[in-house]
Amino acid sequence: MTEALAPVLDADSQVVIVGGSVAGAAVASTLRREGFEGTVKLVSAEDELPYDRPPLSKAVLTGDMDESRLTLPLPDDVETILGVEATCLDSERRLVQLANGESLSYDGLAITTGVRPRPLPVGHDLDGVHLLRTLADARALRRDFQDAKRLVVIGGGLIGCEVAASARKLGLEVVITEVAPLPMLRQFGDKLAVRVMGMHERQGVAILTEATVDRLEATDGRVRAVVLTDGRTLPADVVLVSIGSLPNIEWLAGSGVALGDGVETDTTCLAAPNIVAAGDVAKWLHPVLGQRIRIEHRTNAAEQGMAAARTLLGRPETFAPTPYFWTDQYDAKISVFGAIPAAAEPVLVDGAFEERFVTEFHEAGQVVGVLGWNSQRELVKRRTRIGHPV
Amino acid sequence: MVNVMRVELDQVKCVASGQCVFSAPEVFDQRDEDGVAFLLTEQPDDAQLDAVRNAEALCPAAAIRLLTGSEG
Repeated sequence: MTEALAPVLDADSQVVIVGGSVAGAAVASTLRREGFEGTVKLVSAEDELPYDRPPLSKAVLTGDMDESRLTLPLPDDVETILGVEATCLDSERRLVQLANGESLSYDGLAITTGVRPRPLPVGHDLDGVHLLRTLADARALRRDFQDAKRLVVIGGGLIGCEVAASARKLGLEVVITEVAPLPMLRQFGDKLAVRVMGMHERQGVAILTEATVDRLEATDGRVRAVVLTDGRTLPADVVLVSIGSLPNIEWLAGSGVALGDGVETDTTCLAAPNIVAAGDVAKWLHPVLGQRIRIEHRTNAAEQGMAAARTLLGRPETFAPTPYFWTDQYDAKISVFGAIPAAAEPVLVDGAFEERFVTEFHEAGQVVGVLGWNSQRELVKRRTRIGHPV
Repeated sequence: MVNVMRVELDQVKCVASGQCVFSAPEVFDQRDEDGVAFLLTEQPDDAQLDAVRNAEALCPAAAIRLLTGSEG
């Protein structure tokens, strides 16, 4: 795959974007900003125009943010096809088949179909058992919170921890079950994960670690309890399953687009001639790491959407962002620039570990990541340390 | 005729990532206490246009709006 395969689009060309979230909207906006005058069609499986997802587990769930504020900018002259899934890609004839029977031809295609939450093998037919990805999911969860007393969160990752904090704010009793020894271990490493665990426990959340769910129990079709493999039974009116996600790539089977754990692309987000991928679904070849990675964070979706749009327009650039993600839990805002390698120890560079602080993470004599805990301004100043010698 | 650029910032939505300060340091800054962004100017000059567009596009909370128009 080479950059020369990127197409040259003109005012008679049609770009189809499949997936109507952050990355899709960023592709559309960037195409226009970069001067593309042809037709842009954006297809989304959801009924809503592109909206922002991070508040769904936080301010939207607690009722502190109105849904109308989630809307993302989208150029007026982008044609949207909402509530329709793409079912098939014919890359030879350059056609995207839709579930409504229509098919769309394209000169350039952007794949931004994102991910969906990984479900439990059983239990999702019960009332009160939720996944959280879309606005519709958040509405349903919020509705169930209103009459609920006890929430069990299965999976203590980023979404699980945020929903736990939101539910405590609403007065629910909350238990988190996590298969790992600590919550958010993969994201933060053990020292900071211990800090996260302590924060939740002080807020009255019980975190059961190294705990595996065996089954859900129900009464009259509504969940009543979560049963662990060690026999413990956790009463629940509401259950959130937040155990990771799966890339939405099934519709691309047999299309010739390389698929692994996502849509595989080169360093410029090009997946195949005339086809780019961006956002949670894209597994791009990271030019520095030398391997394909997939990042499921808000900021990456926007940045990668911009990069993918430029590649479609025949102006490819190597995509090498400084990743960023944040989480809000109770009164803590925790943010990370760069990477936190599994083996790296946090090195305190500002503040106090028990209060607010900034830590660096080092690998092979270089700064590879910085984390701020209620220290946004200091963190942003230190972002430029990434890539420099310790 | 001159181009007029106006920037709007929603401080309630702002998540304090500092992406805007990084993109357009002459237009945005962050509060010391919580990192929430604030505008150094609501009407930056034309030389800042690209930087502000980047800030708008990269804001992880979609809290920045760039309004452009013509006057004169």
